[in-house]
Amino acid sequence: MAHIPDGVLSAPVLVGGALATALAVGYATRKLDYERLPQAAVLAAAFFVASLVTVPVGPSSVHLLLNGLMGVLLGWAAVPAVLVALLMQAVFFGYGGLLVLGVNAFNIALPALLCGLLIAPRLNRTQGRNTFIWGAIAGAAGVAVTGLLLCLSLLLSSPDYLPAGQVILFTYLPLLLVEAFVTGATLQFIQRVAPELLNRGHL
Amino acid sequence: MNSLLSLGSERQPTWARKRDPRLRVVAALWLALVAVSLSQPLALASLLLLVLLLAGLLRLPWSLLFQRLLAFEGFMLVLTLMLPFSVAGDPLFQLAGFSASEQGVERALVILLRANTVVIGMLTLLGTLEPEQLGHALGRLKLPDKLVHLFLLSVRYLFVLLDEYRRLRTAMRARAFTPRSDRHTWRSYGWLVGMLLVRSMERSQRVLAAMKCRGFHGRLYLLDNNRWQLTDSGLLLLFILLAAGPWLWESGMLTALPGGAIP
Repeated sequence: MAHIPDGVLSAPVLVGGALATALAVGYATRKLDYERLPQAAVLAAAFFVASLVTVPVGPSSVHLLLNGLMGVLLGWAAVPAVLVALLMQAVFFGYGGLLVLGVNAFNIALPALLCGLLIAPRLNRTQGRNTFIWGAIAGAAGVAVTGLLLCLSLLLSSPDYLPAGQVILFTYLPLLLVEAFVTGATLQFIQRVAPELLNRGHL
Repeated sequence: MNSLLSLGSERQPTWARKRDPRLRVVAALWLALVAVSLSQPLALASLLLLVLLLAGLLRLPWSLLFQRLLAFEGFMLVLTLMLPFSVAGDPLFQLAGFSASEQGVERALVILLRANTVVIGMLTLLGTLEPEQLGHALGRLKLPDKLVHLFLLSVRYLFVLLDEYRRLRTAMRARAFTPRSDRHTWRSYGWLVGMLLVRSMERSQRVLAAMKCRGFHGRLYLLDNNRWQLTDSGLLLLFILLAAGPWLWESGMLTALPGGAIP
């Protein structure tokens, strides 16, 4: 539900999203040196695979988004990784579109980046239960901000999308709950098994 | 192995398989541009027809196409179902006290047609490429080197990690794990994702070591034997003209031609 198809948004929103993403990707790729490239690529692939997991919630089920987790682990490198994962999803699965790629990448990468810049430094110093709590906050924030940005891009295109936006935000609530739990548990697991992944500073 | 992603590239006719992948990337972008600039249902429907003809020509497996479209139509349904009621205009019909406007129905129709045209066109033109071919095409189209490397490496490890994921899921099933909506399930999934990440991080260290051992210094060579031929130029020109047809018609330029339709 985080992928807006082509033909829905207005031209100014498309151009704005594409410009913002291009700038962020440009900055991030300059920071990303070739030594870290395999890591970013393998993690991008891992997130792509993880987003195929179907998690049951009540009567329905959701697909994980994991952008909060991606931001915490990758920092700035999450931006090109999100773009690459979205391109693969668009071209091979038909999620989203071509011209909206910039907007979709922005909506998912910005919360990832925020988690990477604001929450990751705190995670380094936590242990046990606190790791879970900060992880859960990162997971929830990733989903919530993505949902808000998605609604914002719809509303900026046309105010007539308001009811649809409200319905979409409502469907984000179960995802938010699941994502918080899963991200918290994942980070707690990583803290226990491979703490160096959290302390490496940013890619 | 790539059959998971690629939509039946081996079923394509030979003339299509021989084409330079850049042709498809440019054609898909042009198609998307034309589709989003159209705003009349009839013009959009003719463009959609053109895309469906192309899908038939490239022998796209219809069942797979519908399967891919299913997830996408869910989002479109939510988006367009309420448009007739939220767009102001001449009332068309009443439903539970809300009136649907004619303009709203037309808007919903236009958006549905546009989105479907682009998605089917994208799956037809690009989805039938092997992922590596697409990466090479993007590289040849002068996208930043690092992005292209990231794409190619991600595609390569996607399948390795997918196998890893299936192995972990089998191990969970062997321990009688059944997903429910409770904390136990979510924690197990969290550990599953964590294990996947830890293993892939270890793998990436080995990959880097192996790349260094082979003298990697910031450049992967794009080994492909795609040549842009005269046929590619011709096909691209033909596609651009055909796709521009509905647009010319909508903007009223076709009527100015001799023998054109009467306005």
